[in-house]
Amino acid sequence: MKITYMDNNATTKVAPEVMEEMSPFMDTLYGNPSSMHSFGGQVQKSINLARERAASALDCSPEEIIFTSGGTEGDNAAIFAAINAQPDKRHIVTTRVEHPAVLNTAKYLETRGYEVTCLPVDDAGRLDIDQLWDSLRQDTALVSVMHANNETGNIYPVQEMAQMVKDRGILFHTDAVQAIGKFNLSLDSLPVDYLALSGHKIHAPKGVGALFVRKKAPFRPFIMGGHQENGRRAGTENTAGIVGLGKAMEMAAQNIDQENTRLAGLRDRLEQGLISSVKHTRINGDPDSRLSNTTNISFKYIEGESLLLMMDVLGICASSGSACTSGSLEPSSVLRAMGVPFTYVHGSVRFSLSRYTTEEEVDLVLDNLPGIISRLRDISPFCEGREPGTVSQKYEN
Amino acid sequence: MWEYTDKVKEYFLNPKNAGEISDADAVGEVGSLACGDALKLFLKVDESGVIQDAKFQTFGCASAIASSSVLTEMLKGKTVEEANKITNKDIARELGGLPKEKMHCSVMGQQALEAALKNLRGEKVAAEDLEGEVVCECFGVTDRQIKRAIKENNLASIEDVTHYTKAGGGCADCHDQIQELLERSRAEQPKPVQLGPKVKPMTNIQRMQLVTKVVDEEIRPSLHKDGGDIELVDIEGLKVLVSFRGACAGCPSSHLTVKEVVEKKLRERVDAQIQVEEVRQ
Repeated sequence: MKITYMDNNATTKVAPEVMEEMSPFMDTLYGNPSSMHSFGGQVQKSINLARERAASALDCSPEEIIFTSGGTEGDNAAIFAAINAQPDKRHIVTTRVEHPAVLNTAKYLETRGYEVTCLPVDDAGRLDIDQLWDSLRQDTALVSVMHANNETGNIYPVQEMAQMVKDRGILFHTDAVQAIGKFNLSLDSLPVDYLALSGHKIHAPKGVGALFVRKKAPFRPFIMGGHQENGRRAGTENTAGIVGLGKAMEMAAQNIDQENTRLAGLRDRLEQGLISSVKHTRINGDPDSRLSNTTNISFKYIEGESLLLMMDVLGICASSGSACTSGSLEPSSVLRAMGVPFTYVHGSVRFSLSRYTTEEEVDLVLDNLPGIISRLRDISPFCEGREPGTVSQKYEN
Repeated sequence: MWEYTDKVKEYFLNPKNAGEISDADAVGEVGSLACGDALKLFLKVDESGVIQDAKFQTFGCASAIASSSVLTEMLKGKTVEEANKITNKDIARELGGLPKEKMHCSVMGQQALEAALKNLRGEKVAAEDLEGEVVCECFGVTDRQIKRAIKENNLASIEDVTHYTKAGGGCADCHDQIQELLERSRAEQPKPVQLGPKVKPMTNIQRMQLVTKVVDEEIRPSLHKDGGDIELVDIEGLKVLVSFRGACAGCPSSHLTVKEVVEKKLRERVDAQIQVEEVRQ
């Protein structure tokens, strides 16, 4: 069966060009870059090239890039570096819509005596920059705000926020896992101290990522051991992965504007097509500041898991914020932070496109989804104007 | 991704008996849009008390739709009295098992059936269902519902309660209350009968009957949760021969299940000398 993959915010296909550059490092060039012999040593050159490519894509210097195992490690390393360098500062600011890599780390720190302020968002998932200003304190060690949200695709004003925080002399980290490769981002002008990114969201493999640490920003290794990465990240380098990440970052930076226009066109075609053919929908997110590849749509009266599994039969891949798809019965915390009514959270579906998404694929979804939705609505006891409920209608707006 | 049995998938993708019965003799309704799942069950019952037709309308995930559909199939042709005995475990068993996180879908089926049978007897349903104090505000689950699930399914942890009732799966604010209910239920449970030396030695027949009872009532349900099943092959004195079905059959750790689950339970409940062996068929 042909797979129609529209779940690129979860992970992406490795680009063939990336695979091609990687493959020698699992075959003939398997040496350890730390070795004294030239067979191993030659691999170091390829790592250096990957670092240069990454730095050039981000507009920073190669020494500011540390290769990691992915986004989660980068987020953890940045947060712990910032707080460990300022043991007397016991306050952290983040947002309610962060990825668990940041949110659960902040929750852990709460148990270690830190005070955490989680900035709220409005019904479109937007942050209020004035609230950030009000939350800053003398003892604030770090502000961590994601650059783009994985579920809604919302892009946050990190430029303004980081500047405001910098002016107060406070460190700023951004989880840019969903932002990298999706719009132009220059670390020359973006005043953040730390930025984490992941390979597998931009057509590099899983298990590799990078952390940008600005010169002079405090840093201590998060993973202790050998002297790799200039003593800042121990462990034998994931050589193939690093080479792949360098190539993927170079590729993503090329034609980024053209690609964005194309993706926004496809996304809008999908979104408009669904809104016009299906009743009782709701777009979750900020239409004025969103990633061009993401749409998060809720279909009332149906449950996301059922929808995903019916699409699955046709090879269509997407994801949902419904409780039943989370593994923990907990509905999307991002949509709940936005105050999306439970009835819409359960029926939410996220489509996230990539450079490999075609118009035919969008049309395949448009041809099939309305039928699936009406099938599920047909067997649902609820329909327009009739919503019997029991005790827990308190979230129903 | 959930590991659903083929039967769950089949009943979800091609549900039988979806729809309503306009002149139904009984209707049972549970859940709500806000809860994330809801089931409306329609029954047509003839004069002799036999269920002639059953249909459902369900809002929910794949296992909720499959549980509803399979329940309607189970109900057709049964007397009201027989229907009254159907439990959530029967529904899950009919589907070849459900992932443990999805057991609440089978509970929803049982609750809708109960509501429908009450409706058939002319009893008010809403008052009964709303009885008790709401513990989980996210999903509107009352202490009554939680206590009942704990008792009927032998639940031991908050996680179990969430899997069976959804309570505690949202904001987690009610976890302390659920823990309290678990502890209270544990205290209320009758202590297992001590089969010490004072008890007269069992006859072979008595032992066989007790082994069968423990396998049916205590061991099988816990294997069902993992999509497996067990069959008693033979009982020779103190030696019990069993074979596994479903997910347990051919499971590389089935010898552990034999020792850690089956033998342990039978030793505890029947005779400390019992030895259980697996027969592969």
